[in-house]
Amino acid sequence: MSGRSARLLRAVLVPVIVLVVWEVVSRTGAISAIIMPAPSRVVVRWWDYAASGEMLQDAAGSLYRVLGGFAIGAGLALPLGLLMGAKEWVNQLFDPLLQILRPIPPIAFIPLAILWFGLGNPPAFFLIALGAFFPVLVNTIAGVRHVDAIHLRAARNLGASEWTIFRRVILPSAMPYVLSGMRIGIGVAFIVVIVAEMTAVNQGLGYRILEAREYFWSDKIIAGMITIGIIGLVIDGVMGRISARLLRWHRGLEG
Amino acid sequence: MSAPPAIRVEGVRKVFATGGREVVALDGIDLEVAAGEFVCLLGPSGCGKSTLLNAVAGFSPPTAGRILAGGREVTSPGPDRAMVFQEYALFPWMTVAQNVAFGLEVKGRPAPEIRETVDSWLGKLNLLDFRDRFPKDLSGGMRQRVAIARVLAIDAPILLMDEPFGALDALTRRNLQEELLRIWAGSGKTVLFVTHGIEESIFLADRVVVMTYRPGAVKEVVPVTLPRPRDPSSSEFNALEKRVTALVMAEQARHERDERGAPAG
Repeated sequence: MSGRSARLLRAVLVPVIVLVVWEVVSRTGAISAIIMPAPSRVVVRWWDYAASGEMLQDAAGSLYRVLGGFAIGAGLALPLGLLMGAKEWVNQLFDPLLQILRPIPPIAFIPLAILWFGLGNPPAFFLIALGAFFPVLVNTIAGVRHVDAIHLRAARNLGASEWTIFRRVILPSAMPYVLSGMRIGIGVAFIVVIVAEMTAVNQGLGYRILEAREYFWSDKIIAGMITIGIIGLVIDGVMGRISARLLRWHRGLEG
Repeated sequence: MSAPPAIRVEGVRKVFATGGREVVALDGIDLEVAAGEFVCLLGPSGCGKSTLLNAVAGFSPPTAGRILAGGREVTSPGPDRAMVFQEYALFPWMTVAQNVAFGLEVKGRPAPEIRETVDSWLGKLNLLDFRDRFPKDLSGGMRQRVAIARVLAIDAPILLMDEPFGALDALTRRNLQEELLRIWAGSGKTVLFVTHGIEESIFLADRVVVMTYRPGAVKEVVPVTLPRPRDPSSSEFNALEKRVTALVMAEQARHERDERGAPAG
């Protein structure tokens, strides 16, 4: 057997065994279908969920909140991070407050968010923006500070003004950091949206799986979880693609 | 009547404070480089040759004394004194052509002119096939060609070169040395070239300025009158190399004694 097919076989072996055992155990009734519904039932339920159009609506709602909240959070963090990285006095102004707020998980803001913004999209946007804000901020500051001194000297030597240096040297050399901050940020945003929908929004994927629990539809819970997983994978893949495209010059420079 | 010197270094002293103690990197440096002259600064590491070059570039002002370039006192970096760094210092996010265009864009030149100048220099340095590549895809020798094209494109009257070929293999280095001489010849440009290569300095320079080890000062200025292209295997070249080697080795010995000696220096 060639190395490749052997590797493929090893890769699928454990998942297939798990699924088969799970199916058999559920079918024999050894475990209640409410605790662990058979995978075949989950697949059927997932298909129903998709075919009814409900999944598309939920996914669209969650995605809308993720992107909206992320745009707000990253949109505030990016300019602030650039300023804090470039100007020490701005850093001294904002750093203490941000250091106090940063360790508080965004989820801990849920009660306040509901008090401030009520229910629905506004508190979700707030929480997601908060979740995306810090990874983008911290990475942007690091990116600006890690600009190579030799590039600054070269630019100055070629007659570049401070503004040109900021725009054409500091900004692009901070880009790898900014983009990895955004990738982390959107991952956090996706976690926060599910929790926000479980508490403050009555729509979306997070709301749907919590709703299914009330009816003991464990097959639908798992179907919803699978959908969440797929969307998370797609978001991360898209972010990876955008990064790779913007950082063509960077590939292979670092691990 | 002779033209005013392109670079004039007057009584330059440079003191660095490191870890609570002071190190005199340069002391009492007086040097004149004529317009169109090719001068090498030669010495062991720690002799302050790069410090002097950085002071001329305007990156690091002298503690005392002053430096004039083109008759004006140097207070900051400027495109009249273009620098080529040993580490190339290309912008990795820009293509070869964008790197070479940078200095011209900064000057606000019109786009068609920039394109023409860039392509002309890329052509002269055999880089046209690489114009849209990123620096990471180029070898060290090619990168240094791009860095040279980048400073030549802005047409600076003074070129400052900080061990530009130090990281290259011997063949590539000889190639680039010859190319540099070819471009310099008849260009009227003044070159101040830092190196620790004795052979390199004699191959390139009109005058070799041998520097002393700590504090850095001018030990001796050796004129090289051999006609170009110079043959490093000729007896005249060898005689000169021997003489300069003796000067440098005396300083190298002081450097090594210092390294072995008391850690407090």
